Amino acid sequence: MPKRTDIQSVLVIGSGPIVIGQAAEFDYSGTQACRILKAEGLRVILVNSNPATIMTDPEIADATYVEPITPEFVEKIIAKERPDALLPTLGGQTALNTAISMHEQGVLEKYNVELIGANVEAINKGEDRDLFKEVVERVREKIGHGESARSVICHSMDDVLKGVETLGGYPVVVRPSFTMGGAGSGFAHDEEELRRIAGQGLTLSPTTEVLLEESILGWKEYELELMRDKADNVVVVCSIENFDPMGVHTGDSITVAPAMTLTDREYQRLRDIGIAIIREVGVDTGGCNIQFAVNPADGRIIVIEMNPRVSRSSALASKATGFPIAKIAAKLAVGYTLDEIPNDITEKTPASFEPTLDYVVVKAPRFAFEKFPAADATLTTTMKSVGEAMAIGRNFTEALQKALRSLEKKGSQFTFTGEPGDKDALLLAAVRPTDGRINTVMQAIRAGATQEEVFEATKIDPWFVDQLFLIKEIADELAAAEKLDPELLAEAKRHGFSDAQIAEIRGLREDVVREVRHALGIRPVYKTVDTCAAEFAAKTPYFYSSYDEESEVAPRTKPAVIILGSGPNRIGQGIEFDYSCVHASFALSDAGYETVMVNCNPETVSTDYDTSDRLYFEPLTLEDVLEIVHAESLAGPIAGVVVQLGGQTPLGLSQALKDNGVPVVGTSPEAIHAAEDRGAFGRVLAEAGLPAPKHGTATTFAGAKAIADEIGYPVLVRPSYVLGGRGMEIVYDEARLEAYIAESTEISPTRPVLVDRFLDDAIEIDVDALYDGEELYLGGVMEHIEEAGIHSGDSACALPPITLGGFDIKRLRASTEAIAKGVGVRGLINIQFAMAGDILYVLEANPRASRTVPFTSKATAVPLAKAAARISLGATIAELREEGLLPRTGDGGTLPLDAPISVKEAVMPWSRFRDIHGRGVDTVLGPEMRSTGEVMGIDSVFGTAYAKSQAGAYGPLPTKGRAFISVANRDKRSMIFPARELMAHGFELLATSGTAEVLRRNGINATVVRKLSEGEGPGGEKTIVQLIHDGQVDLIVNTPYGTGGRLDGYEIRTAAVSRGVPCLTTVQALAAAVQGIDALNRGDVGVRSLQEHADQLTAARD
Amino acid sequence: MTTSTRGAKAPAVLVLEDGRVFRGRAYGAVGETFGEAVFSTGMTGYQETLTDPSYHRQVVVMTAPHVGNTGVNDEDPESSRIWVSGYVVRDPARVPSNWRSRRSLDEELAAQGVVGISGIDTRALTRHLRERGAMRVGIFSGEAVAEDTALLAKVQAQPQMKGADLSAEVATKEAYVVPAIGEKRFTVAAVDLGIKGMTPHRMAERGIEVHVLPATATVEDVYAVNPDGVFFSNGPGDPATADHAVSVMQGVLERRTPLFGICFGNQILGRALGFGTYKLKYGHRGINQPVQDRTTGKVEVTAHNHGFAVDAPLDKVSETPFGRAEVSHVCLNDDVVEGLQLLDRPAFSVQYHPEAAAGPHDAAYLFDRFVSLMEGQRA
Repeated sequence: MPKRTDIQSVLVIGSGPIVIGQAAEFDYSGTQACRILKAEGLRVILVNSNPATIMTDPEIADATYVEPITPEFVEKIIAKERPDALLPTLGGQTALNTAISMHEQGVLEKYNVELIGANVEAINKGEDRDLFKEVVERVREKIGHGESARSVICHSMDDVLKGVETLGGYPVVVRPSFTMGGAGSGFAHDEEELRRIAGQGLTLSPTTEVLLEESILGWKEYELELMRDKADNVVVVCSIENFDPMGVHTGDSITVAPAMTLTDREYQRLRDIGIAIIREVGVDTGGCNIQFAVNPADGRIIVIEMNPRVSRSSALASKATGFPIAKIAAKLAVGYTLDEIPNDITEKTPASFEPTLDYVVVKAPRFAFEKFPAADATLTTTMKSVGEAMAIGRNFTEALQKALRSLEKKGSQFTFTGEPGDKDALLLAAVRPTDGRINTVMQAIRAGATQEEVFEATKIDPWFVDQLFLIKEIADELAAAEKLDPELLAEAKRHGFSDAQIAEIRGLREDVVREVRHALGIRPVYKTVDTCAAEFAAKTPYFYSSYDEESEVAPRTKPAVIILGSGPNRIGQGIEFDYSCVHASFALSDAGYETVMVNCNPETVSTDYDTSDRLYFEPLTLEDVLEIVHAESLAGPIAGVVVQLGGQTPLGLSQALKDNGVPVVGTSPEAIHAAEDRGAFGRVLAEAGLPAPKHGTATTFAGAKAIADEIGYPVLVRPSYVLGGRGMEIVYDEARLEAYIAESTEISPTRPVLVDRFLDDAIEIDVDALYDGEELYLGGVMEHIEEAGIHSGDSACALPPITLGGFDIKRLRASTEAIAKGVGVRGLINIQFAMAGDILYVLEANPRASRTVPFTSKATAVPLAKAAARISLGATIAELREEGLLPRTGDGGTLPLDAPISVKEAVMPWSRFRDIHGRGVDTVLGPEMRSTGEVMGIDSVFGTAYAKSQAGAYGPLPTKGRAFISVANRDKRSMIFPARELMAHGFELLATSGTAEVLRRNGINATVVRKLSEGEGPGGEKTIVQLIHDGQVDLIVNTPYGTGGRLDGYEIRTAAVSRGVPCLTTVQALAAAVQGIDALNRGDVGVRSLQEHADQLTAARD
Repeated sequence: MTTSTRGAKAPAVLVLEDGRVFRGRAYGAVGETFGEAVFSTGMTGYQETLTDPSYHRQVVVMTAPHVGNTGVNDEDPESSRIWVSGYVVRDPARVPSNWRSRRSLDEELAAQGVVGISGIDTRALTRHLRERGAMRVGIFSGEAVAEDTALLAKVQAQPQMKGADLSAEVATKEAYVVPAIGEKRFTVAAVDLGIKGMTPHRMAERGIEVHVLPATATVEDVYAVNPDGVFFSNGPGDPATADHAVSVMQGVLERRTPLFGICFGNQILGRALGFGTYKLKYGHRGINQPVQDRTTGKVEVTAHNHGFAVDAPLDKVSETPFGRAEVSHVCLNDDVVEGLQLLDRPAFSVQYHPEAAAGPHDAAYLFDRFVSLMEGQRA
C-alpha cells in the first residue's frame, strides 16, 4: 500500500518552548517528520513558537510559522494555508491538545482538514483515564492478561475523599487527566497531602478530573515503544526497564534498554498486551508508548498508561536502537506500511521488524534543584528533571558509568575514596528517591550494606543491585592492587571506570593513568548501533565506545571536522547550543568536510544518525573526546575540532585538548581565557578604553563591605568560577550582604566573591557577532525588556532594539569589534552591555555561540552558526558574503527600517516545583538563570510581537477584565503611565492600599483589595490571594523588592502560577504588555511565515 | 578489605576452524566441546534456546551481552535437557533475579556438563560468522587449554553440519501422549524430529490430543493412532539426510490427511514435494524476523532457528507430484522461503516457529489454520 495521493499539504504542530517534561526530543521528532514529509513531495506547513529549534529552520518546512501554538493562531494559519491534513502526534502533549481543541471547536471540519497519525477517538481512548481503563479491561477479556491499577475517577474534592475509602486507604496516587509530563501528580500518604495534590490536580486538568489509584510503589517499571501501520502490522521497537522502581516518573528515573530482568515469557506477555492495546485504542498509523508495572513478587502486570504519540521515551528508544520512530511515524501517517519502508541502517532489510541490541543503553536524568533551593528534591510521579544523558556500552556497568559521567555534574560519578558514612543512615537516605540516590546506594554498599538491605531500602531489582556491587568490588581491587597491572586496568575499563575515577582511587593524576593505559595499549574500540546485533552489515556509522576487541571505524579520505556537542540539557545550556552544532555540521558538510558529531544527549537533532557523516554517542569528558580524536586520526586526516558551538561544556575542554595536541579550530584556548578570566578581560577592556562597572573581589564580609561601601549599593555579588549566574544575587543593603557571605559555602581564599556595581535602571543589551580577525559582522543587537540584573536568559528581549538609535548601534559595533579583536575571536562572540545614562558598560563577553544565536539567526534570516563554523575552519567574512552564506552588504546592525520586530520571551518552570511543605516556589526573576526555554514572537510592530511572545510562552494576554497592581516603591513612578493605559482599555484596576493611593493621586481609580496579611475582611472581603485562586483576576503586576520577596508577593505570585494568570514582575514588562494589549485590542494580529519575513528582508537588503 | 567475590574463573579459549581465536573465561562446565558456531540474536529466552533440540551439536553465541539475569526456572525449558554443545556469552549474571528463578544459569550449565566461555567480544565473533558463514568451533577451558595450533587441529577434525543426520539423536525413543486441554476435539500424530515442548502444548490448548512419535516412526505407526492430522516437528541437522522422514511424509500426503510442519518439518515438506534444500551462510536465529504471509500481505514478527532452507520459486505456483504448491511465507530480510502450502491437498508448513518459545506470538494463528484443515476434512 503506497503513499496516499489525496494529501498534498500537511500542517505539523511543534511542541513550543522547552519546558520540563516536553523538551528537545520533540525538535528531533518534528525535524525528522518534516524532512520526510517534504521528501515525499508534500507541502509542509509548520507552526512552532520555539526559535531555538532545527525544525523552525526555514529550509526544513515550506512555510514555517513561528507563532503561538494556540487554537486561535493555528486557525489563522489553517485559514491562510488551507492544508489537507494535520499531523498532531509529533509535537508532544501541546500539539495533541491543540489539535483536539481545534477538532472540538469545529475548526478542522470547517476547513476540511484531516487529522492524520492518530484519530480523535484514539487520542481520547489513550489519554482519558476512564476510557483507557475500559481499553485495558477489553484487552484482558481478549488475551487474558493485563489490568489497570484499582482506581476511582474524581471530579471534586468530595469524590477524592470518598475514593480513598473505596481503595482501602493510603497511600494513593493522584493523577490529573490531560496534563503533560505527569504535571500535578503525586503520592498522598495522608489527607493533608491528598487535599493539596488532588486540589492542584483538579485545577491543572483541563477537564477538572483526577484519578486516584492503588499504590504500586516499589514494583518494577517497564515501557514498550510500539508502531502500527494501516495494514495492522505492529512492531515493538524497544523495551525499556527503569532502574528506579515505581514511584519515580520515568523521565526522572535512570532507565535501561533493553529490559534486563524479564524472562521471555514475561516479556512476551507485555508485548501481547501492548499490541492488543495499540489495536484496541486504534492508533492505526503511528507510534505509541505503553508503561507497565510488574510486581516483583509474583509477576502481576498492571498497565499504567499509554501515550498515543511520539514521546520522550520514543526519542530515547530511537537513539537506543537506531530505529527512527518519528521518521517512520510520519511515513505511516501518509499511507506507507512498515514493510514498504527500508531500514536506513542496513538499507536492505525492511522496517517491519523488531530491533535487537547487542549492547546496553542507560539514560540518566539531569536535575536543576540547585537553581530552586526552596524546592523539595524528592522524586515523585511529577517529572522534575531538565535534561538527560544517554550512554551505550557493551554491558550495564560500562553504560551506567558512562551515563553518570555524561551528566557532567560534580558528584555524579561514583566515588570510592573518603569515608562513606554510616551504613544505616545511608540506607535510610536511599529510601527516598532523589537526584543522586544511586550514589547514596553506592556509599551504603561501601559502608557494608548487603544486597538484601539495599533491595529492602530501595526496591531496586537485585540484578541491578549486584551490578553496583560488581563496580564496588572492582574499585576495591583497584585500591588494593600493588600496581596497575594490564589485566586489572582492562577489567576496570570494561566496567566503565573513567581514568579520573581510577586516578582518584589510586591517588594519581588522571593524565598519569591515561599515559599508563596508553602505554599498555588499553584503548576503547568503537562499535556500531545497527538495529540487528550484527546480523546484517550496517551502512550508518553510529558509534559508541567499549573496551572490547574489535573496532568498526572505517577509514576515510576526506578531512574530518569533529564537532563537540553540549551534553545533557540543563538550565543555561540547552537546545540552543545543539542548534548551533547541527548548523555547523550542515555547513561544514556542504563545504566538503566529513563531519563527526560527539554528543550524549538523546533528545537532540545532533544525535540523529543522519545529521552528521559520523556520530559518536559518547560522554563529553576529556578522556572520551581524546579517544575519539585518536580513533578518527587512525581513520583519516582531521581538519580540526570545533569547541565553540556546544556551550560551556566543550569550551571547558578547549585548553586541555590543545595541550594534548588536538587541533582546536576557531577561537584559540588562549583567547577563550582572555575573555573568561576577569583580570585578562579587564586588560582587554582597558586597552580598548571600554568601561566596565566598578568591581572588586573579597573573601570575607569585611572585604566585601569595604568594596560595596566604595562603589555604592546595590551591588551584584556572585561566587567566582560559576556558570549560568549560579549563586548570583543583587544586594541592596549591608544586612543582606552579610547574610549572603554567611550563607555562601563556595567562598574561600582561592574562590573569592565578586562584587560588582549593580547598574540600577540600566538597559541591558546582548550582541551576537562574528569576527574573522579582520572584519566584524554584527549578527544582531537585542535590547532586553527587563532592566539589567535579570539574567539575560530569563529576560525578554527585542531585535532590532526598540529604543536604541543609530549612534548607540555605532558605539556597540565599535566596542564589539574592539573586544573581538582584543580577545582574538575567530567565529562567534556574544557580549552583554548595559547602558546606564549615557555610558555603555561591558558586562561580560563569551567567545562562543550563545543562547541567542538561533533567535538572532531567525530574526535576521542569516545563519550565524553556519558562518561561525566556516570561519573556524578558515573562511573569511568577505568570502562568506561572496558565497551568499552572509548577506552581500550590511549586517544585523543595519536592518532596514521596516524589518520585522522579534521578541524573545523566556519560559519558567515554576509550576513544576514545590517546597517540602508542598507550596509553590517563588517566581521572581533575578541574576541567576532559571528558565528552561524560550519562545519568539515576530511581527511588524513591537506590541504585536510582544503579545505573540506572551501568548506563546504563557497563554494570551488578557484584553479586558481585572488587573491587580502591587509594586515596590522604586517602581511606583514608572507604573503610572501603563496603569492609565490599562484603564483606558477598560480594565478594572485592583491594588493594595499603598499602590492604590499612588494611583489615585495620579487620577487613576483603583479598587483597594486586602493583602494576605490583613486576612479576610469583616464583611467577608477576600484577600488578593483568595481572589486569584477564585479566578477573579486576569492580570497581575507584582514587582518584588530584592530577592526572597515579602510574604505577600510570594503568595500572590505562586497563586498566579497555579491559576495560570499572567504575572508581570517588572514594570518594563508591564509597559511592553500594555503595548501588546493595545495591539490585540486593535484586532489586527495576523500570521506570517519566516519565509515571507525573509523574502521581505532580502528584498530590502538588495 | 573484603576479598572479591568476582569469579576468578579459569581461562578459556574459543577456536574457529579458520584459525581465529578468542580468549575469555570459563562459563558453565570446564573442559572442551565442539560444534557448529552459530549466533542467536534473541534478547530474551536463553532457557528456551538452550533446551531447543534443534541446537544439538551447535555452539550458540548470544549476541545479547547479559545472559542469565533471570536465572533458571522449571517451567520454561523446551525439553528435558540442554542441547547446545557449547555456549558463548559476554557478561554472565552473577546473581539471578526473578520470582520464578530456582538456580543460576552457570550452575545449570555446569550441572549438565555444558562447556561455555564468557568475556569475549561476541559482536566481533558474530560479525566474523556473518561474513564467513557458520563454521566448526571448539571451546577449551581448564586442562583442555593447549597451544592454539593443537586446538585448531582438534576443531578441524570435527564433522561438518552439512550432511549430518541428527534427528534420531534428539527425538524421543518412545511414543507418548500430550492430552488435550479441555474437551478433546482432534487427534494428531506428531513425528518428533527434535520437537520443542511448546509445540504439542499449543496444539493441546486447541483441544488436540497429541501423539508424539519417535523419528523412526513409519507411516503405519502414524496411522496406528488414527490421526485427524499429522505434524512434523523442528529438529537439527541437514534435511538432505532425512530420507526416512520424507518418505513418511509422502505417505501422509498420498492419504490427503491434514498436515502441518514446522522448521525441519518445512524442509521435509519441501523435499517431499521435490524441492531442494540448501545451507544458509549463517542461518536465521533470533526472535525478531519479519515474515510476510503472502496471502494476506501481513507481516508477522517471528522466532527463527534454522541453518537450512527450502529452494522453491517465489514467483510462481509449482507443479509437484502432490498437486500445485506455492511459497506461502517469505522472510522480508533476505527473501528466504519461510512457508509452503499445497493448493490441492490439506498440507502446509512454515520454516519459523509459531509455537514461539522463545519469541513473539504473532504466528500462533497457524495452529488455528491446522485446526481448520482438520475441521474441513471432517466436514
